[in-house]
Amino acid sequence: MKTMKNDSSTLKNYLLPLGLGLLVLINLFLALEFLGIEIIDRYYKGILILMQINIILAVSLNLINGVTGMLSLGHAGFMAVGAYTSSLLSIFLSNMNLPEVILFPLVLCAGGLLAAVMGLAIGIPTLRLRGDYLAIATLGFGEIIRVVLLNLDITRGARGLPGIPNYTNLWWAQFFMVLSVMIIWNITASNHGRAFVAIRENEIAAEAMGVNTTYYKVSSFVIGAFFAGVAGGLFAHHLGFISPKSFEFMKSVEILLMVVLGGLGSLTGSVVAAIVLTGLPEFLRFLQSYRMVIYSLTLVLLMIYRPQGLFGRHEANADLLKAWFNKGHGRSGGGKGDE
Amino acid sequence: MSEFFQQIINGLSLGSIYALIALGYTMVYGIIQLINFAHGDIYMVGAFTGYFAILSGLPFPVALLLAMVCPALLGMLIQRTAYKPLRYSPRITALITAIGVSLLLENLGILVLRPDPRPFPQVFTNAPFHLGQVTVSIPQVLTFTVALALMVALTLFIRYTKTGKAMRALAQDLEAAQLMGVNVDRIISVTFMIGSALAGAAGVMMGVLIPRIEPLMGIMPGLKAFVAAVIGGIGSIPGAMLGGVLMGLVETLATGFISSTWRDAIAFGLLIVILLFKPSGILGRNVREKV
Repeated sequence: MKTMKNDSSTLKNYLLPLGLGLLVLINLFLALEFLGIEIIDRYYKGILILMQINIILAVSLNLINGVTGMLSLGHAGFMAVGAYTSSLLSIFLSNMNLPEVILFPLVLCAGGLLAAVMGLAIGIPTLRLRGDYLAIATLGFGEIIRVVLLNLDITRGARGLPGIPNYTNLWWAQFFMVLSVMIIWNITASNHGRAFVAIRENEIAAEAMGVNTTYYKVSSFVIGAFFAGVAGGLFAHHLGFISPKSFEFMKSVEILLMVVLGGLGSLTGSVVAAIVLTGLPEFLRFLQSYRMVIYSLTLVLLMIYRPQGLFGRHEANADLLKAWFNKGHGRSGGGKGDE
Repeated sequence: MSEFFQQIINGLSLGSIYALIALGYTMVYGIIQLINFAHGDIYMVGAFTGYFAILSGLPFPVALLLAMVCPALLGMLIQRTAYKPLRYSPRITALITAIGVSLLLENLGILVLRPDPRPFPQVFTNAPFHLGQVTVSIPQVLTFTVALALMVALTLFIRYTKTGKAMRALAQDLEAAQLMGVNVDRIISVTFMIGSALAGAAGVMMGVLIPRIEPLMGIMPGLKAFVAAVIGGIGSIPGAMLGGVLMGLVETLATGFISSTWRDAIAFGLLIVILLFKPSGILGRNVREKV
């Protein structure tokens, strides 16, 4: 159903196997850990978990920004709602002696649901706005959520919420990542997804063709918010401590960067970009204080030389992999944008 | 009641700083429809230029001038290197580039200037004088006067010079202006320079008003000034001034009468209310949707 056009570039061909390779690697680590052999230390495990969480965030934001074409700058707000809800729940429920297998998915879903409700409440009034105005309104809501969290008693305000049980491990992170990506992928491939794409391509034409644009825009927003909430829950149970500072505007920007870098509308692109952008700052640690400068410079250069993102609007698929393995057979794209 | 007037005075001086920053946002947006996220950081560069100029013993007016010239050159440099290649690419790409430039400036600032806050040198006496029941300080009066003077100068420039006319033409229709022989690149650069110069001045005035500067000081005022520009009607110059002052007033009144911790939520709440009821802002033009 999804067709690849002949515009794969070198960069893309290197990055896709990189992402897949990483997934295989994670599973190898998991298998070894299952057998009782620990190869990687906590630091690397932490990075791998963050990668999975960021994949959920990027893919869910891509559903809103890339697939439906609504520029949202408030994703960290939904993440915060999910993180706080699930953390508070798991702290309150911790003396009920529920097994982790039941409790953890339960609190994550609760966090996701509240984030979705928030998405609904924010989406219905703001989705009348378009383009930059929508972006600013969502930015405003994201900040308002943060300020509310900063002022509530139950969230302990700026002091942050400590003592969240560390349920998130590689298993859980990967399980929820794969589940979320699969669900979102299937949504985009369904009737719903076609309506989303129609709205992105031309909202007026979509409406004229009988697509209930308000319904689909709000539902895209709510679904995206739900998964951001789940990712927030994973994030909170990974760190064990959250404060409103973890969900500032820059967090939303970070997620948006992954989406744009991967290619708006390309879910696989988001996956790869989430892996790269989570790994890159860690990889650049040897540069010490120059690290963030190099990171932001890379970003600007990538945008200037590859404005459509790594994957454009296309999904990576088997053809692309094949093409990568038999390099030189036809499919040579413009070697533009290689590092 | 005197508390109320006191907060109005505080709000006017803070608001005039927001207005100066908002002008840069609104002018750039009016011409190339780009939310220039790096603008808040240019304001930071202005504050630091002023800081170093005053520390090296230059008199305040010279420092202020320098703090306008350096950001202006920086603004032009950014527009030439980062934004110009993306003028015809999708809007979101330019937006991300702007965020990237903003991150770059912040991190360069942290690298070169160290992240810890510094006290801005005291140039004017802080001794307040009393006007009836309210107290006013010299920095407050100065901020308001400088901002007002710059805004008047800008208005005159845009209304009566040839470059100003070209800027208005670009805002109305970029392609038509180009066909009429306007040098689009030059005018866009000039717009960035003027906007950045105003932001630089705002940075120095903020340093005088609240003497604490750091490399990340531009994020929040930048965001709020942008919100102010949207509230006033983005693309509209009087709108940015009005929005900025309104933002300052709302913020100080919220701090004075509700709570300082809720201040930001109220400011953004105002934005959402205005966007919902009049999306084009208070003074913005209503653009009809064409089918």
